Amino acid sequence: MPSLPLLLSQAFNGLALGTLLALVSSGLTIILGTLGVLNFAHGALFMVGAYAIFVVAAATGSFVVGLLVGAVIMLAVGVMLERVLIRFFYDRPHEDQILVTFGAAIVIVEAVRAVFGGESQRVAAPDWGGGVTQLGFLIYPTYRLELIGIVAALLFALYVVLYRTSIGLVVRAGIEDARTVGILGINVRRAFLLVFAIGVVAAGVAGMLYAPIVSVDPDMGATFMVESFVVIVIGGLGSYPGAVVGGLIAGEILSITSAFNAAYSEVMLYAVMALLLVVRPQGLLGSEGRV
Amino acid sequence: MERLADPALLLRRRVLQLGIVAAGGLLGSPAGAFAAENPPLGTWPEGVQGDSVMVGITVPLTGPYSADGKDEQLGYELAIAEINAGSDAAKAWGMKGKGVLGKQIRYKVADTEAKPNVAVQAQTQFIQRDKAIMITGSVSSAVAVALEELAQRDKVVNMVGVSASNDTTGKNCQRYGFRSQQSGYMVCKALAPVLVKAMGQGKKAAYLVPDYTYGHSVFDSFTGLVSKDGWTVATQQVVPLGTTDFSSALLNIANSGADVFVNIAFGADAVSSIKQAQQFGVLSKAKLVVPVISSFQAKELGPALTEGVYGTIDFWWTLQDRYPLAKAFVDAFLAKNNYRPGFGAHVGYSQTLIWAAAVERAGTFYSVDVIKTLEASQSQPFDSSLGQVWFRAEDHQGVRPVPVVVGKAPSAMKNAEDFYDVVELVPGEQVISPPDMFGCHLGSYT
Repeated sequence: MPSLPLLLSQAFNGLALGTLLALVSSGLTIILGTLGVLNFAHGALFMVGAYAIFVVAAATGSFVVGLLVGAVIMLAVGVMLERVLIRFFYDRPHEDQILVTFGAAIVIVEAVRAVFGGESQRVAAPDWGGGVTQLGFLIYPTYRLELIGIVAALLFALYVVLYRTSIGLVVRAGIEDARTVGILGINVRRAFLLVFAIGVVAAGVAGMLYAPIVSVDPDMGATFMVESFVVIVIGGLGSYPGAVVGGLIAGEILSITSAFNAAYSEVMLYAVMALLLVVRPQGLLGSEGRV
Repeated sequence: MERLADPALLLRRRVLQLGIVAAGGLLGSPAGAFAAENPPLGTWPEGVQGDSVMVGITVPLTGPYSADGKDEQLGYELAIAEINAGSDAAKAWGMKGKGVLGKQIRYKVADTEAKPNVAVQAQTQFIQRDKAIMITGSVSSAVAVALEELAQRDKVVNMVGVSASNDTTGKNCQRYGFRSQQSGYMVCKALAPVLVKAMGQGKKAAYLVPDYTYGHSVFDSFTGLVSKDGWTVATQQVVPLGTTDFSSALLNIANSGADVFVNIAFGADAVSSIKQAQQFGVLSKAKLVVPVISSFQAKELGPALTEGVYGTIDFWWTLQDRYPLAKAFVDAFLAKNNYRPGFGAHVGYSQTLIWAAAVERAGTFYSVDVIKTLEASQSQPFDSSLGQVWFRAEDHQGVRPVPVVVGKAPSAMKNAEDFYDVVELVPGEQVISPPDMFGCHLGSYT
């Protein structure tokens, strides 16, 4: 039996891990929940974000400039991807969407590998994120503590833009009946483009914030892609609050289990997901038949 | 039957046999003499009928081991180019002319994603469609043992790629598989005395263990060997291959009171976990040991993080000062690829050349004779980039020196790739396990 301080440490780590998982999953759930597109290129876009900050931060020497310029790069990538590819697939079946985004992911990953090679690249944590912070019984990396705050702010901002302004409303109405919304004089396609690009920026920013923590290599997105799916399945497919709740739950499961035995933490995560699919197939906060 | 009775044909056949006997005699190996009488086996003789032979190569070009996999591929390609051209370097490894027994080597490369099933599928195609006469390549021990099994079933020689698990030449050993890289046991046996000397006795060590044959095998060997010096296990954190966030395992390690952190992860997983260990303050409390260091780890982490880190490696380029064939290898590789070869490249390069030399020595591609030649290499070792090396007949484990390295300080580096000092080069004979230690039973020849 692990000691109480260790359990508490792991519970706190679960919270930190959970917010990061929520951020990583947000881009996936935004695009799925509003546009109904299951974006299998999500992991690849996460990776592109990490490489964007690697290039910009190395050139400018500033993590923050890297984040800002990187977000603009991701916006451009999102707009381009939507214009040349995704917009032709809104009306197509899910299988087609999965195949085309999966294919796009392979192209993106191999393009990055062709340019940068397969080795992992170094992205230093920002100066204000170095070192460790003493939290009573727990020592925790300062950067990860700061990430909890940054991620919470980002998730809230995304929520406001997508669900408390008319953009989200237009997109959701457009998915139901694009023609009627169009007749009302609203440019649905532009709203679709905007939401898709925001989803891509969210995936990319997650990659940028993760870059100082993990190995930045062309295949880094693969694991996050899988984790994102687990998170949104738990939280409810396409539900934005669901991604946040799912992320936190996944983080806690992984972390608490590893206080007992790290080898079982992923097993436990998938076991919980499987159980949930049996009991509540639409996920915790999902509504039936929405996606 | 009529054709066989044709006296001219019979005569030609006799002449051929005599020629082979003579060639076999010259090579000092009687094995070749009976080659013409052997029944078909595996891809022989179908795979050797043209003027070239095919080698099937599987390396991970995607996934956590992709950087090592690419390095390994470049090593194979250099060796094949040298053999086909009949270069001076190839001659120094025991080759006689252009190609192997006069045949050029063709090859195909497939990506394994470090997954055993993908590797087996690709090599099965190479064997069935392309009649591969030799298969090789892995970075994961899980892939290595799966390919050995395939090689044994299909009777095609497998020169094992990167693999450190004891099982590869232990309970999963095969008659058709040969590993040149040191086993996990050899790694730990060479490393343990150096660590105890540098860090002292009675240390508390925390372990990060990848959850497959390699991780568990190195963990068992390491803890077994350091326990006699009073080292205890503070905690063992088992994590799946391809983990990206190690925070919960590292919290346990940070809380374990360990003063040594033995990180058995490899490739991108090692890079992520070491980065995060530093961020969690683990590296300021515990000294880092990486038993098996991947090709680009120091470059990827930067010398500030790898300074003072102990470990072993299959090959480090500064060994060029000690072995002429290592120098030839490093120079040729650097000229061709613009960087100094790593761990993977060396395994690919040396395994290909040793196989080619064994084929020439046997005087035939017939796998039974090639295997017997490799098994007899103790009395007639191969000249290699690590001096004279040989394979043990009982389990096909390569007996070769084990380089123990320590990370250099950034200020001590003489060039951008000068990351390690080779502190010990332990002779393989001193550290190899007893042949029956890991339950090896080689299968049949035919």
